[in-house]
Amino acid sequence: MSAPLFAIKDLSVSYGTGPAALENISLAMAAGERLAIIGESGSGKSTLALAIAGLLPADARMSGRIDWAGARPELGRDIGFVFQDPGASLDPVLTIGEQVAEAARARPGVNWAAAYKIAESLLERVRLPDPARALRAFPHQLSGGQRQRVAIAAAIAAGPRLLIADEATSALDMVVQAEIVGLLDQLVSEDGMSLLLITHDMALASGLAGRLAVFEKARLVEEGPAERVLRAPASDYTRRLIKAHIGLDAPMLVTGLP
Amino acid sequence: MSDLLAVAGLTKHFVRNGQTIVAAAGVSFGLRRGETLGLVGPSGSGKSTIGRLILRLTEPDAGSVMFKGQDFLTLKGAALRRARAGLQMVFQDPLAAFNPRTSVAGALADPLRVHGIGTPADRPGRIATLLDRVGLPKALMDRAIHEISGGQRQRVAIARALATGPELIVLDEAVSALDVSVRGQVLELLAGLQRETGLAYLFISHDLALVRVMAHRVAILSAGRIVETGPAAQVVDAPQSATGRALVAAVPRLVL
Repeated sequence: MSAPLFAIKDLSVSYGTGPAALENISLAMAAGERLAIIGESGSGKSTLALAIAGLLPADARMSGRIDWAGARPELGRDIGFVFQDPGASLDPVLTIGEQVAEAARARPGVNWAAAYKIAESLLERVRLPDPARALRAFPHQLSGGQRQRVAIAAAIAAGPRLLIADEATSALDMVVQAEIVGLLDQLVSEDGMSLLLITHDMALASGLAGRLAVFEKARLVEEGPAERVLRAPASDYTRRLIKAHIGLDAPMLVTGLP
Repeated sequence: MSDLLAVAGLTKHFVRNGQTIVAAAGVSFGLRRGETLGLVGPSGSGKSTIGRLILRLTEPDAGSVMFKGQDFLTLKGAALRRARAGLQMVFQDPLAAFNPRTSVAGALADPLRVHGIGTPADRPGRIATLLDRVGLPKALMDRAIHEISGGQRQRVAIARALATGPELIVLDEAVSALDVSVRGQVLELLAGLQRETGLAYLFISHDLALVRVMAHRVAILSAGRIVETGPAAQVVDAPQSATGRALVAAVPRLVL
């Protein structure tokens, strides 16, 4: 068993006077592990990601604990966060280079010039075409997939221990999604990061994560090794989600030409 | 049997940031009654534009759209309004597609009124029938459109499309925003409506696995051109075009 990264105990979160977004969640993650949080809208999966990253909004009420191995990690330095909409995480009036370099400056002892160099090599690592030119580009000049590559470069720029990807590919078309998934896979392996993948897509999770945690309506209904959860789901809800997945072998709803 | 819809040479360019974007470059295809054609391609391939061009929500640079033997693009006035009743569209985001202040009944009354279907007195009955056809209870009628769930809202969008008795519905990523557990039910609803009434669908999606389940035939788009077409199962099993192969490879597999 590898070293623990964090352990969540009895975590509950609610917003304003609304119902619980998370209810009594206990879940641990080991260092270097890839854990997927699977759920539909209203499951609480994004709230969990925000709570772990320390990003819950001011009106959120939280009880329970998140215990970290070692010091409480800092977002942007120890934790990288990739959101669904790269447009929301990138500043429209700063160049790509400025934004990735700014993120790289969270590394100790990195000055601006060094950060800019790191930014260029990061843009190469996320396979942006023509990185030197991309440094000077503004977000609106890139495609959605390219913007998400930039957001990933910024998220890993400080060398975080944990990368959180919250529906990071859901706004992209399938071909670009597959490319970004491949990129995340490679970067996480190369840098030895832990990956917390938040997704509604069981198949995507099964290709990227070793352990799955399934959430339904603010509760954790099941967790375990990906293979066990998929082959022998313990909860009816997990079984329904697996059945609802439409892959290339799903039963057809239309037959024959009219 | 002759085509319900025959699209020929459909062409549309946009200029954005000083660059010319080719959304459709001579797109031609036919669609028969009771048939679903899946239009699939990556973002920017032109699939949504083609849907909008067929409905004349955007005017093309060139090409023709023959609907039931009439040139839909040259129709005007009352003839256009009559033809429009036969062609409907359902969009990805049901919330953005409705007036936010309307009720479920209000959303369904609009097309009936605009197309002069029935009398004011029999409209509640027609609305109840429409709700029933999409599997929603009558009790939903007075609810505000923003109060109901995403799946219910997309069913209302389908009911609204059905209100004018269309023969063709363009479904533009119509299930992409739905939760997976709701998505299957909406797909089954659409397939059932087609079996009952012989509706034709133009099913637009970036997800080839979804298209394979719903469509009889598939047309694969790349940069505004159809690069491959054929029966859905055949295209998925042995894609011939580079875009087709990329779309097949991109479908996430459940790794056991």
